[in-house]
Amino acid sequence: MEAETKNITEQQEMQCDGTIPDKSGHFGKFGGKFIPETLMPALEQLEREYLLAKNDTKFNEELQYYLREYVGRPSPLYLAKRLTKKLNGPKIYLKREDLNHTGAHKINNTMGQVLLAMRMGKKRIIAETGAGQHGVATATAAAMFGLKCDVYMGEEDMRRQSLNLFKMKLLGTNVIPVKTGSKTLKDATNEALRDWMSSVRETHYIIGSVVGPHPYPMMVRDFQTIIGRETKEQILTLENRLPDCIIACVGGGSNAIGIFYPFIENEEVKLIGVEAGGVGYDVGQHAASLSKGERGILHGSLSYVLQDSDGQTSKVHSISAGLDYPGVGPEHSYLKDEKRAEYVSVTDDEAVEAFNLCARLEGIIPALEASHAIAYTIKFAPSLDKNKIIVVNLSGSGDKDSSEVARKMGMSL
Amino acid sequence: MNRIDKKFQQLKERGETAFIPFITAGDPSIEITKSLILDFENRGADLIELGFPFSDPIADGPVIQSSYFRALEGGVKTDDILEMVKGIRKTSEIPIVCMISHSILYKHGCGKFLERAADAGIDGATIPDLPIEEAESIIAIANQVGFKVVCFIAPTTTDSRMKIIVEKSQGFLYYISVVGITGERNTLSDDLAVNIKKIKSRTDLPVALGFGISTPEQARVAGQIADGVIVGSAIMREIDKYAEGEGKLLVDSVGRFLGEFIESSKGRI
Ligand SMILES: Cc1ncc(COP(=O)(O)O)c(C=O)c1O
Repeated sequence: MEAETKNITEQQEMQCDGTIPDKSGHFGKFGGKFIPETLMPALEQLEREYLLAKNDTKFNEELQYYLREYVGRPSPLYLAKRLTKKLNGPKIYLKREDLNHTGAHKINNTMGQVLLAMRMGKKRIIAETGAGQHGVATATAAAMFGLKCDVYMGEEDMRRQSLNLFKMKLLGTNVIPVKTGSKTLKDATNEALRDWMSSVRETHYIIGSVVGPHPYPMMVRDFQTIIGRETKEQILTLENRLPDCIIACVGGGSNAIGIFYPFIENEEVKLIGVEAGGVGYDVGQHAASLSKGERGILHGSLSYVLQDSDGQTSKVHSISAGLDYPGVGPEHSYLKDEKRAEYVSVTDDEAVEAFNLCARLEGIIPALEASHAIAYTIKFAPSLDKNKIIVVNLSGSGDKDSSEVARKMGMSL
Repeated sequence: MNRIDKKFQQLKERGETAFIPFITAGDPSIEITKSLILDFENRGADLIELGFPFSDPIADGPVIQSSYFRALEGGVKTDDILEMVKGIRKTSEIPIVCMISHSILYKHGCGKFLERAADAGIDGATIPDLPIEEAESIIAIANQVGFKVVCFIAPTTTDSRMKIIVEKSQGFLYYISVVGITGERNTLSDDLAVNIKKIKSRTDLPVALGFGISTPEQARVAGQIADGVIVGSAIMREIDKYAEGEGKLLVDSVGRFLGEFIESSKGRI
């Protein structure tokens, strides 16, 4: 049994400012820590260290340095002229997270967490990955700081995201195939948690989205809010006003919360999260946890989940590996119930259509995940006036998806 | 008096260690689970830890995980398990503690589930994904229906957490013998005796040891330092060996396999 390092009240005081989540990690009734006792002390340590780091100027300066010089932030907020013209409605801006180093928003989080892991003296990093973007972002941060890294990835995802699989190997990461259950993101998360159960003393687990037990949903959100903070500054410079609507795809929900969060206080800005509608409404055909799920517990927190009447997790489907997940971050469940954000879904086919349209009209090949946000924009924009402004979070680049889309179009690369 | 408390009291009077086999309900079938429990009782098992299969068990290793998957593929539901326990209660008073994910409890409604479980004859629950911080309301409900929520202590548990856990746990304490998931291990950790002594200096509750005990020799060592010895993966692996064959052969063979664990954990061999 381990000696306590710092006292708990100190950490609690830092958080008694009425913010969300509360000090036990609840977003209203959602969130919390539903995780084995073995891991609880590690979560307490992580929370303590994170709160200290968050208020430490040196830590923040270092993180800002890497985000600027290595990741390439700020990412542009780009006016998509031809898409705007084609939809014949509001101005459409794209927040170009695809231009970050490694091609997605995921690295905003992994940079922060790797710096934190080093602060905690942990020598080994583990992660789960679905689309492989989080895996690559983790492998990248681990490589540049010389940390040992193991990434769990479902066999099904290894097949459909083979480019990212290869990249992780190039970066010196050991990719561990997950063969249990649906062989996708959910099962990779289970395996990473199991690894952490045995390795917690020397290993930091970098969760890739705003899911999992407290403090992950809060911490990953904080690292991703750079997206929204930049967006706010950029749109004020460009338009001298806030957007009317922000649209982002929701897998676990990290890119969405990242861009939403700084606008939550601006009630007039509509926030729309787009989930994976897959191929139909039946169980197993989609991954729309917020739109079609019920309250339940998965991977350490209470949120909307897709499960059966006995509490067993349902099968899910999405063409996009990064959205193919039966749960969602607890803060989104909270925003849904508070009616501050709205959650919708689009189908696989609509996403692929948007993928193609964005490529042809804007010369930008978006990730299939981000294509869901664009697909909903295509449906939604024509209903708005021309003097309105929509910002779409283009969470990542579609390079990784090219072979899967080609396969769907009957071609092979 | 709850069956768990009664059992530990009897064992204490006899100066005996409890032997607690874990089995997954419904692997390979709910009928066989029932026969196994009754057979285990005849062979001298003291309590039963009954695993409710779950699709995403994060605290479990590959052996128990696959037994859960087999049970779920076989179609077993919570209702079937409760019915089975009702059947057992016609002839047996062996204390039964279920091991159940909070995901399942929450889905059924914690209060409703505890009431139904107690009504069926289940005496308590270990909830591996419910840490003490989130357990308060369940413990309050459990108290009302005479049900025991058995809490875990791990090697990583800090002193301040332990203080709260020993105060809140009911029936007994489950000490996790390794930093890790369920599954067989070649050796037991060196600091087990020290850690259990530390827990026992803080509470009168019995302390049972589980996770990783996979040979009769390990059970013997565990039996010397703890009030109860829990064996799971080794049993589930043995069950799987006979899963394809006839039910009676499975029950006899697994029972015989268990016999040696029982005798050694009680220091008789
Ligand atoms: C480009 C991209 N967008 C979105 C997601 C979905 O994750 P989240 O909802 O956490 O942003 C992923 C996940 O892999 C991704 O790679």
